Amino acid sequence: MRKIQCRTITETIASLFQDACIHLPPDVIASLRRAAIVERSPLGRETLKSVLENIAVAEGHLLPVCQDTGTAVVFMELGQDVHIAGGDLTEAVNLGVQKGYALGYLRKSMVHRPFSARKNTGDNTPAVIYSEIVPGDKLRIRVMPKGGGAENCSRLTVMPPALGHEGIIEYVVSLVDECGSNACPPLILGIGIGGTTEHTMLLAKKALLRKTGSHNPDPEIKELEKRILTEVNRLGIGPMGYGGSVTALAAHIEVFPSHIASMPVAVNMQCWCSRHREAVL
Amino acid sequence: MLVLAAQGSGALIMKVKRIALPISDKAIRSLKCGDSILLTGSMLTARDASHKRITEALSTGTALPFKLAGQTVYYTGPTPARPGRIVGSAGPTTSSRMDKYTPVLLEHGLRCMIGKGKRSAAVKRKMLKSRAIYMAAVGGAGALLSRSIKKIEPVAYPELGAEAVYRLEVEDFPAVVINDIYGGDLYESGQAAYRLA
Repeated sequence: MRKIQCRTITETIASLFQDACIHLPPDVIASLRRAAIVERSPLGRETLKSVLENIAVAEGHLLPVCQDTGTAVVFMELGQDVHIAGGDLTEAVNLGVQKGYALGYLRKSMVHRPFSARKNTGDNTPAVIYSEIVPGDKLRIRVMPKGGGAENCSRLTVMPPALGHEGIIEYVVSLVDECGSNACPPLILGIGIGGTTEHTMLLAKKALLRKTGSHNPDPEIKELEKRILTEVNRLGIGPMGYGGSVTALAAHIEVFPSHIASMPVAVNMQCWCSRHREAVL
Repeated sequence: MLVLAAQGSGALIMKVKRIALPISDKAIRSLKCGDSILLTGSMLTARDASHKRITEALSTGTALPFKLAGQTVYYTGPTPARPGRIVGSAGPTTSSRMDKYTPVLLEHGLRCMIGKGKRSAAVKRKMLKSRAIYMAAVGGAGALLSRSIKKIEPVAYPELGAEAVYRLEVEDFPAVVINDIYGGDLYESGQAAYRLA
C-alpha cells in the first residue's frame, strides 16, 4: 500500500490555490482570445482586450487575476491503494488552504453564520471538499477557487421529464437572460442533468473543470451543448453585459441517469475567470 | 475633457472622456450611458458589510467617519497587498447586493457608484431623482484596475477587513457609464442592440 503524507497534501493544496488564482488555464485564455476577435460589438471587443490585458498584468506582477479569490473548492480522487499517513486528510486540506491564501496574498472571503453574524473566518477555510474513492495508488487533487458573483447565479430545478431538450434549453437560456450580466460574462456554463438534486449540481460544477469549449463525447449531448451555446449567444448580453454577440464561451454538460419520475437540471455559472489547477500525487 | 485614445491596432478609435473626482454636476450632465471614461481623484470603497454599517449609522443619526455627500463609492474588496505594492487586485463586485442600502446613501448625497451588474428599479428611480450616476468597471479585471490605484488609506470599520471603507486615490481608472441621469441604461440598450432571440 502506497503512503502519502498529510504534509505533502497540505503543501500541494497551498501551491495549487496560489497558482490557480494568478495563472488562468491556457484553454480559457485561448477561448477569450477567440472571443475578442469574433465579438461584434466594439465596446465588447475593447472589454475583452481589457480582460486579456488583465490576465497579462496578473501573470507579470503575480497578482490574483480577480480580487474574488473565491470559496476554496477541492476535488479529490483517492486511489483505494493509498494510505493517508501523518494526520487527518480534511485537516491537511484546510491547512493547505490557510497556507496558500496567506502566502499568496489572496482574499479571505468565507464568513461564519452566513444567515446572521457573517464573521470572516480569517483564513478562507473551511474548504468545500469532495472526495471519491477510485482504483489505483494515486491521489488526484483538483482545486477551484470559485467566485461569489457567478456562483450566486447558479440554479437548480427538477423538471417534468416530458420537457426534454427544449425544456433544458429554455431553462438555461432564461437563467442567463435573467442574471447573466451580473455573473461577469463571457460565461462558461456548467450544466448537470440527472442523478438526484445534490448530485446534478455536483455534475454541473465538475463540468466546469473540463477544457473550455471541449465537448461531451456523446453525440446527442454534444449537440445539446452546441444548441445551448448558440441560443445563449443570441441573447445579446455580450462581454460584461454591455451588449454583444459573445455572452458565453462554452456550455459543458455532464449527465447521470435519473429516477423514472425525475429530470433534475442544474446550472453552475462560471465567470470568464475560470480558475482551476490540478496535481497528481 | 475629450481625448482620443488609439486602441490596439489603431483600427478602432474610441472616444474616452476624462473625469475628475469628486465628480461635478457638469460632468454628470455630460455623461451618457455607454461612454468610456477615465476617472482621476478620490473615491471611497464599500461593499455589503460596510453598507449595512453606513445605513445603520444614518438611520440612527450617528455621524459617519467620512463625508458621503458628493462622493463616489466603488464596490470592491481588494486582495491584501504584497510587500512593496500599494494594493492587491481590486476589481468591482456585484452591485445588486447593495441595492437594499443604496437609496439611503443617495438621500445623503452620494453622487456616483462604480460596480458591475444591473441595479434594481427602485435604485434607478432614486438615482434619477438625486441626479446620481452608475458606472461599471470590468468585472474580474482586478489586477489591471489595481494599476490605476495610487494610494489607499483606511477610513472606517477596519474590523471588516476586505469589507472596510478605504479612500482610494485613482488615476485614469477606466469605467463605462451604465445609468446616466437621462434614464439611459447600457444593460438594457446594449443587450437590445445585439439581441437576436
